[in-house]
Amino acid sequence: MPVHHRHRNPPIGPEHDPQAALSIHDVTVAYHRRPVLWDLDLDIPRGVLAAVVGPNGAGKSTMIKACLDLVPRVSGSIRLLGGEIGGVQGRIGYVPQRETVDWDFPVSALDVVCMGLYRKIGWFRPVRRRHRSLAMEALDRVGMADFAGRQISRLSGGQQQRVFLARALVQDAELYFMDEPFASVDAATEEAILDVLRSLRDAGRTVVVVHHDLQTTRDYFDWLVLLNTRLVAAGGIEETWTPENLRATYGGRLTLLEAAGWAMGTAGSGQRRS
Amino acid sequence: MLVPDWQWGYDGWIIVITSLVALTCAIPGSFLLVRRQSMLGDAVSHAVLPGIAIAFLVSGTRDGGWMLVGAIVAGLATAMLTQVLRGVGGVDRGAALGVVFTTLFALGLVLIVQVADSVDLDPSCVLYGQVELAPLDVVVLGGMEVPRAIPWLLGVFAFTFVGVQVIWKELLVASFDPATAAAQGARPILMQQVLMVLVAAGCVVAFEAVGSILVVSLLVAPAAAARLVTDRLRPMMLVAMSIGVLAAVGGHLSALTVPGWLALETQDVSTSGATAVFATGLVALAVLASPQQGLLFGAFRRLSLRLRIAEEDLLGVLYRREVESRGLGQPAGVHLSELGGGGPGLTFRGIMRFASIRLRWAGFATQAQLIPHPDQIRLTEAGRSRATALIRRHRLWELYLAGAAAIPLDHLHATAMDLEHLANPDLLESLEAESARTARDPQGREIPGQ
Repeated sequence: MPVHHRHRNPPIGPEHDPQAALSIHDVTVAYHRRPVLWDLDLDIPRGVLAAVVGPNGAGKSTMIKACLDLVPRVSGSIRLLGGEIGGVQGRIGYVPQRETVDWDFPVSALDVVCMGLYRKIGWFRPVRRRHRSLAMEALDRVGMADFAGRQISRLSGGQQQRVFLARALVQDAELYFMDEPFASVDAATEEAILDVLRSLRDAGRTVVVVHHDLQTTRDYFDWLVLLNTRLVAAGGIEETWTPENLRATYGGRLTLLEAAGWAMGTAGSGQRRS
Repeated sequence: MLVPDWQWGYDGWIIVITSLVALTCAIPGSFLLVRRQSMLGDAVSHAVLPGIAIAFLVSGTRDGGWMLVGAIVAGLATAMLTQVLRGVGGVDRGAALGVVFTTLFALGLVLIVQVADSVDLDPSCVLYGQVELAPLDVVVLGGMEVPRAIPWLLGVFAFTFVGVQVIWKELLVASFDPATAAAQGARPILMQQVLMVLVAAGCVVAFEAVGSILVVSLLVAPAAAARLVTDRLRPMMLVAMSIGVLAAVGGHLSALTVPGWLALETQDVSTSGATAVFATGLVALAVLASPQQGLLFGAFRRLSLRLRIAEEDLLGVLYRREVESRGLGQPAGVHLSELGGGGPGLTFRGIMRFASIRLRWAGFATQAQLIPHPDQIRLTEAGRSRATALIRRHRLWELYLAGAAAIPLDHLHATAMDLEHLANPDLLESLEAESARTARDPQGREIPGQ
């Protein structure tokens, strides 16, 4: 991917909190002149499980891609773990949306997980037995060890999502970006993913998750970024999870079902899942 | 002799040349296929033409080095121009590719016709190749006369093979998941360009020898056939290379023999054309015989499943007959003619007859020497225990269906008849657990077995 405007960034300016896991300053991203993200300013502290929530087309995935330098930004600067993306790539994990890859690709689940180690292995070096055993451990953590040798098209959607998660785990990153990991997965997978996310957070890692299910947001996450092209609110879940903020995020687009989901998630918080 | 006019020093070289082209093309061809970019190979193989022509105009020679550089530049230009049309103009990927490569190809033809008067580089040679002439154009290498194409082909093949091994991981991740590759710093766009260079290099050395049509065929067909019989990229590439060589050998042999068999007037059949056709034939064979998606295996699997079901149904009939006749002192055998009613006529009876033969052959049933019907069959001890397990499965399913699924009693039997043939161990274990310690089925019959 091309490097955009890197030379214009000062080493680290006063606008960035060096302690933050993710610090976004004044970022605007546009596709064909239409702004997708506008003047985004936010910090996410280390060691939190952060949800990025907003309606369709709010720029949630774009925000993650901008952080990873996968889309060019018009303006602004981003610091990950106190540095620029180019210098910290090895400490960042990424789980893209499941639909972005071709699952007919002729590789096994284990092969995919090993891809998480490629950077650590280095250019021109082969994958060795010890790398495969690391990948097996990661598959085991997501309950997929039995499927290691299976070609990936013969896994269910939830299993595929878990393979992606294992690939991120094996990177042993400090900061993770995950794009809709809970999208259309079965209940067992949702539980398995949530367990892994919580254990990552408990180990002091930071996880930024694009999330679509308002009903579970409050239970799953402890940090919230509400996005609708512009930033609506960002902060601890208790402070930001308010009807005013949600209304401002979704505007008139919060459907009755989403509103009901939000109400249920708020009412049942703490009891539905321990 | 089986093959007329075979000469090792001539036909042997033709096969070696075509095989080397096939080996070289199968490597990038496999990557293009799994990236769903096979047509990009087609495009590049045409678009390198102006590169070759310009290299020729600039250098004034047919020296391979110049042509290689020209072709690689043209190949990269194809990928980049396509990208620009897509990115700036918002043109659809396929359309952009179509516009770019036909334009470049046309440009190449114009250039070649311009220079064709002064040199021996002509358009038809580029399209169809002249593999028949390649062995005659020799250089001396280590005291031995070898066709001029051989050292170039060997060099490019070695470069492609070793190069792909060295950057295997990066090519793999860039092909499977470019976004994650980019996030990890694995340079997917660079990898795409590397692939284009490999395709272009393969094309240009293959051009003179075998022509662009065969190059396209050897880029796409062996990889497509290999994908049908393997589901891992590395074995797929090796299989594609083997299939390519097979096509080269088969293609030249059929070019030599087929016109004779068909008693055609002309003996002038192009090896390139025959090889391309042969490669296509191998794809068709893979479609038929692929273990996973193949039509033959599919039909075989369905037939053997049908046979197993017939066998198990027959075992069930024999078992039930044995239980019925226990109190009556009647012979506990079944005559095949009693089974006629259940299915569509002849096929059903044929399959049942075959099933009864297989049961006897495998020792599950035996000829019953009973009066009045001498050719009745009955269960052996082994057959009885297999049948018991089957009936147990049937009645457990009935129990489960009546309980958990609340299916009415008179519908139970038919559904259980289907389900009893499922032999998935996990499923059976769950079924056993579901109905633990129940000894009777919903109709009050005993559930046999443990």
